[in-house]
Amino acid sequence: MNLLEALRAAYASLMANKSRSLLTMLGVIIGVAAVLVVVAIGEGLKADTLDRIRSLGTNLIMVFPGAGRGFGPTTRPGRLTEEDVAALRSGARQISAIAPVVQTSVTAKYRNLTHSTQVVGTNTDWAHAMAFEIAEGRFLSDSEVRARSRVAVIGTEVMTELFYGRALLGEFIRLNGVPFEVIGILEEKGGGWGNPDNQIVIPMSTARQRLVGNANVSRIYISAASEGVVPDVIESVKQVLRRTHRVTEMTEDFRIRDQTEFLATISETTGQLTMFVGGIALVSLLVGGVGIMNIMLVSVAERTREIGIRKAVGARRRDILAQFLIESTLLSVIGGLIGIAIGFSVSRALGGTLGWQTVVPMWSVVAAFLFSGAVGVFFGWYPARTAAMLDPIECLRYE
Amino acid sequence: MALIEVRDIHKVYHMGEVEVRALQGVTLDIEGGDYVAIMGPSGSGKSTLMNLIGCLDTPTEGSYLLDGEDVSHLSPDRLAAVRNRQIGFVFQQFNLLPRASALQNVELPLVYGGAGNTREPAMRSLERVGLGDRAHHRPRELSGGEQQRVAIARALVNNPNIVLADEPTGNLDTRTGEEILVLFDELNADGITMVVVTHDARVAGGTRRIVRFVDGNIDTDQINHQGAPGGNHA
Repeated sequence: MNLLEALRAAYASLMANKSRSLLTMLGVIIGVAAVLVVVAIGEGLKADTLDRIRSLGTNLIMVFPGAGRGFGPTTRPGRLTEEDVAALRSGARQISAIAPVVQTSVTAKYRNLTHSTQVVGTNTDWAHAMAFEIAEGRFLSDSEVRARSRVAVIGTEVMTELFYGRALLGEFIRLNGVPFEVIGILEEKGGGWGNPDNQIVIPMSTARQRLVGNANVSRIYISAASEGVVPDVIESVKQVLRRTHRVTEMTEDFRIRDQTEFLATISETTGQLTMFVGGIALVSLLVGGVGIMNIMLVSVAERTREIGIRKAVGARRRDILAQFLIESTLLSVIGGLIGIAIGFSVSRALGGTLGWQTVVPMWSVVAAFLFSGAVGVFFGWYPARTAAMLDPIECLRYE
Repeated sequence: MALIEVRDIHKVYHMGEVEVRALQGVTLDIEGGDYVAIMGPSGSGKSTLMNLIGCLDTPTEGSYLLDGEDVSHLSPDRLAAVRNRQIGFVFQQFNLLPRASALQNVELPLVYGGAGNTREPAMRSLERVGLGDRAHHRPRELSGGEQQRVAIARALVNNPNIVLADEPTGNLDTRTGEEILVLFDELNADGITMVVVTHDARVAGGTRRIVRFVDGNIDTDQINHQGAPGGNHA
């Protein structure tokens, strides 16, 4: 029997029992849709997170004091100083910006409004290294950094809290009681690490003098000339710092992180999470398979006489096996296709109404489709084999 | 050599604890082109013999040569192939697939026989039984006589040597039954070996040979001088 003929026969048989077929498919439909939606949300979350990290600039290299693996705890104490910055500025190659940072929490005050935020003391390279545009006004200037001027560039959240969202350039705000003139507003990033919209950037020299004392540099941001040279720059930075700190590779007292490493970590973690939740959703697909097996057994019993007739006119066991296997597989594959359509729509609807970013990757569609087909073959096997092994005489006698 | 050679066949069924000896050493030859009625009361073993001759079943003991080939120990799939090529079945209940059209029902043996072209031979077979214009009707849209004709068309479509009929007129009224028997006479006249299981003396009366079964064995085996050839059922 050729396949097209067999498919048509199987389709006709499923259509003869429309509501039963649909109910049987429901398990597969829900399973496939669930897998698709879960993966879409997971992938959306991942893409969203990666976008935010990328918005910090993929050329960014961060130097932290103290040695340690990954983003884990420090295993060897160390410190970074302005001398390190100077050495890097003269010694490291292919750097387009280098910005040391001192950081502290402050209470910012404007008239009778207060707001808790982070102060970042840095230099003029910071905006470039962190890929920040200035929305209003301007960023710090070299002369202000040299002169320890009391000027501040504020994030949009600070602007919202203190200025009711107005860009009041030239107004003075008090940081732990010290007045600073607001000269610029940072563009809104809309989230990211440590909430980049809730910070105030001031000259490092001023921060040292007025707010943090003679604290060490808490980190150094370096921007590589291009994304491609990031590994070279990291190597070059290591060489310079080992020389100035008089340490070897084994005794390093600093650590360097770049965004590509960070991206890989995030991408891997969210990927694993998606797989895990997707796996749970897959279980419902298996339950759908059990439903198919159940209804196929009923169908075999109902059609005992038909099986007998087919056998009498020359159907071999494998013909009967194929017939029922094609039916169960068609059932699950049609269910799979409907599930994919529903999964797509639900993912899109979630993206539209809840504002979640959802991404339905092609691999999840292909995997869901193949898996639903496999469910049909696997759970259809037993009923189909039962049918194939029936005795034609018994079948013909069956009422 | 006869077309059908049954040698000392025994068939034993086990119905739970009970052992049923359905056939007890039956020996029977049927020549090609013959027209045989098999009669006897229920439980006499005639249906069991039909199942064996039809290659739907294998004997517990003894041998069965069909057209010179020993088919008594073939696997189920080999038996299916033999049925497909050599034997046409006509049942009391017609046994058509309810959801398939007349044409599709007749195509079925061709499909399982692996024929490339199933439509035209099936159509010719339907025309042969006078149902060329009903090809696309489903069984429930046909009368009993028409349904039985479709079943006969199905039995003939692979040009079998033998047509086995089990009470072919049992579910038909007298007049329609007669029409079916006339068709049988024509088939026999075309050289097809006909074996008919029946209770009906009128059915048996038109055949050339009447074999009576009692208690799992042949009781009498007579030439029927009033029977075919010449369409005595007419």
